[in-house]
Amino acid sequence: MLRFIVRRVLQAIPTLLILSILVFAWLRSLPGGPAAALLGDKATPEKIADLNHVLGLDQSIFLQYFKFLGRAITGDFGSSLVSGQPVMSEIGTFLPATIELGLSAIIIAVVLGIPFGYLAARFKGGIADNVIIVLTLVGVAVPIFFLGYIMQDLLSAPLGLPSQGRQAPGIDATAVTNFAVLDGVLTSEWDAVWDAIKHLVLPAFALATIPLAVITRITRASVLDVFNEDFIRTANSKGLTDSVVRQRHVLRNALLPVVTTIGLQTGALLGGAVLTERVFNFRGLGFLLAEGIERRDYPRLQALLLFGALVYVVVNMLVDISYGLIDPRVRVR
Amino acid sequence: MQQLRLTRTRRAALAGLAGVVAVSLSACAESKRDEAGGGGSGGTMVFGNTGNPKMFDPTFTDEGETYRITRQMLDTLVQNKPGTADLEPSLATKWEPSNDGKTWTFTLKQGVKFSDGTPFNADAVCYNFDRWFKMSGAAAQSQMIYYADVFGGFAKNEGSATGDPVYKNCEAKDPNTAVLNLNKAKGAFPAAFTLPALSIQSPSALKQFGADKVTQSGDSFTYSEYAYKHVTGTGPFKFESWDQGKGEITLVRNDTSTMPAPAKLDKLVFKVIPDENARKQALKAGDIDGYDFPAPADYGLLRKDGDQVLVRPSFNVLYLGINQSGNPKLKDPRVRQALAYGINREQFVKSKLAEGSEVATEFVPKAISGYTDDVTKYPYDPEKAKDLLKQAGASDLSLKFYYPTEVTRPYLPNPADTFTAISQDLKNIGITIQPVAEPWNGGYKDDVQQFGKQDIHLLGWTGDYNDAGNFVGTFFAREKKEFGFANPELFKTLAQADASPAGDQHAKAYQQANKQIMDFLPAVPIAYPSPAIVVDAKIKGVVASPLTDERFNNVTTG
Repeated sequence: MLRFIVRRVLQAIPTLLILSILVFAWLRSLPGGPAAALLGDKATPEKIADLNHVLGLDQSIFLQYFKFLGRAITGDFGSSLVSGQPVMSEIGTFLPATIELGLSAIIIAVVLGIPFGYLAARFKGGIADNVIIVLTLVGVAVPIFFLGYIMQDLLSAPLGLPSQGRQAPGIDATAVTNFAVLDGVLTSEWDAVWDAIKHLVLPAFALATIPLAVITRITRASVLDVFNEDFIRTANSKGLTDSVVRQRHVLRNALLPVVTTIGLQTGALLGGAVLTERVFNFRGLGFLLAEGIERRDYPRLQALLLFGALVYVVVNMLVDISYGLIDPRVRVR
Repeated sequence: MQQLRLTRTRRAALAGLAGVVAVSLSACAESKRDEAGGGGSGGTMVFGNTGNPKMFDPTFTDEGETYRITRQMLDTLVQNKPGTADLEPSLATKWEPSNDGKTWTFTLKQGVKFSDGTPFNADAVCYNFDRWFKMSGAAAQSQMIYYADVFGGFAKNEGSATGDPVYKNCEAKDPNTAVLNLNKAKGAFPAAFTLPALSIQSPSALKQFGADKVTQSGDSFTYSEYAYKHVTGTGPFKFESWDQGKGEITLVRNDTSTMPAPAKLDKLVFKVIPDENARKQALKAGDIDGYDFPAPADYGLLRKDGDQVLVRPSFNVLYLGINQSGNPKLKDPRVRQALAYGINREQFVKSKLAEGSEVATEFVPKAISGYTDDVTKYPYDPEKAKDLLKQAGASDLSLKFYYPTEVTRPYLPNPADTFTAISQDLKNIGITIQPVAEPWNGGYKDDVQQFGKQDIHLLGWTGDYNDAGNFVGTFFAREKKEFGFANPELFKTLAQADASPAGDQHAKAYQQANKQIMDFLPAVPIAYPSPAIVVDAKIKGVVASPLTDERFNNVTTG
């Protein structure tokens, strides 16, 4: 297992290196550039040229890349053009919000998606199946920002759920880890915990819709596949009860593709978080990225895109490892 | 069926629970607000900012989001009278230029202290002027955009874009008299003394927290601890905290302020909410008490909810740029006049812009000194436009019309709508339009301003201070790719106007320049749009400023 993990870590290095080249080249190819973004509306061609010189942006692209890589390896991604703060410290400040939101969304998606998928498969062709299929289609098809606005307009006021931010303005919670719910628990500020949970509900459900729909469908398909496997027929013919067959054989075997999907969806959540955090003003990495794109904040974009790639690589690595835990055959291979 | 009944029961229970939660929550929110103050004075106002401030030392930025906050804490020598662009005393009770405009004598207000307890006096004023002039390091100088614009250059320029310095020195004649000596007269004064970038800050705090240290960090810069945590001025509020994670900046009342007095509010919180719809939702939910730049389409709805939509007097201009080095036919003045006569600006302003907006007759808004009604006007006359095109042999004119996307600006609230309206008018007089839409930061500004790829384009300007040179000087004082013309006579007129001493002579020089510009017609002024600010019904004392220069010192949460 250790060799397997080491091999996966080593494989991740060239992946990240190639991604760093792509991200760097892409950002450098965009019109505008950091100097124009820094100077804003008062930029003149002369001032831009001056600033490009100060920032070393008039040097060769290779030299710029190697300088960037040298700094990046030591964790220095420079300062944000928007906030003036070191980008790594921004990531540290904003990451807990995204983890909190992403984790809530994935929990909602898993807790609801697996039973829904199983239910749909079990009653294939019935009313429950059809309703679930239609709902999952809607879940995938409706864009998050649209869904977010609809939720804000229709649900926020009637349910008394906040539509903006992570915390009500009047709540002065003590920040320990920057995880709002956890901080409230740690400091026994129960008002703050309740407030943070309320702020999480709408964005977490908005963000959960796509993974929920995908997990439901994959579970349904996977369970149906397993139902048709020979070993289920064998189990049934051995005289095992339905519930034993379902729990011991069907679910366990059907979960493998579902776990893969959960892993992939966790990575993809970062993409969804950009829109969700923006719509709900939930200040996490997605919010930072959206603001970075709008304001052409190159240092921030470089760091966040590479950080996103790193998360994706790590999550997939964890998924691979969890295969081995769920299905011993993978370990043998 | 039983399942359905159960669901219904659960739903009813859930709705009931939600109702209870909602009621208790709102009660909770009310009680928190009550505790925070209220009752005619005091209390907390939470204001929705459209973007993140970059820092709080206004010296190194030209950003409105930073200024909105710093103008609550810092004072300038001269300020704008609330609600207007007129000048009135601030830290200086009197300011007088010499006859040649090269010396400015400021009589300072007495008994003023910085919020760190140190005295404000002529030495402090001179310290600030010297600080700007002697700023070293290319990183620092390159960020001092307004100082470089107004003062031309530094003691030692560290870039080719800066030139000869206007500033010579500053003398503290006595504690209450500061004398500013210039190398040449500058038309921007005294209005430019109102610029937030020229706010007077506490010398001791500037020194203590290393305010001048600006270092390069990757493709950007980092600033000193002073800029993030310790900005110190004389204003009615003082800095308390900046919570990056929550996007909240908190200021508290500066009890020692005599400028003119401590604020009435106990606390002023700025909450960053970039999305316009989200700001509206937050106001509705009571999370914020006001925000900037409501969408014109929402004015009615907001007023219906009891909110106050305060429309600012216009301080900006939207124009149709003409690049004479684009299509060669645009060099013919008759063709440019045809464009002006061919656009139905009255209709455009009425149907597409917010209330308070007006048709532009020249490139400076009415509130600016130097505006004149005595300019050549180009009322809507499509027949005349067609005739002029015919006379110029340009009846088959085809133009590349550039317009920006992914942006709203106070002068251009909806670029696509504006483009559609204007291009339809131009098509009606027989011009073929080739539309080119580009993202604002992703090509538009470069292509239009740096490379001059367009024939015509949409752009505008929001004024920084009450001086016509800040508008027409910026546009037409020298050769620019954006407009693609060289008119030495006009350049000379504008240079003379810029150097003319303050007062009537200065205003007249710009009136003359404006007449000349509208005869030459290097572009077509379209409108003076009016942005707005919205506050909750209970907020009293906000006065909308044409320069977005609202100070919240008199605000109360009724």
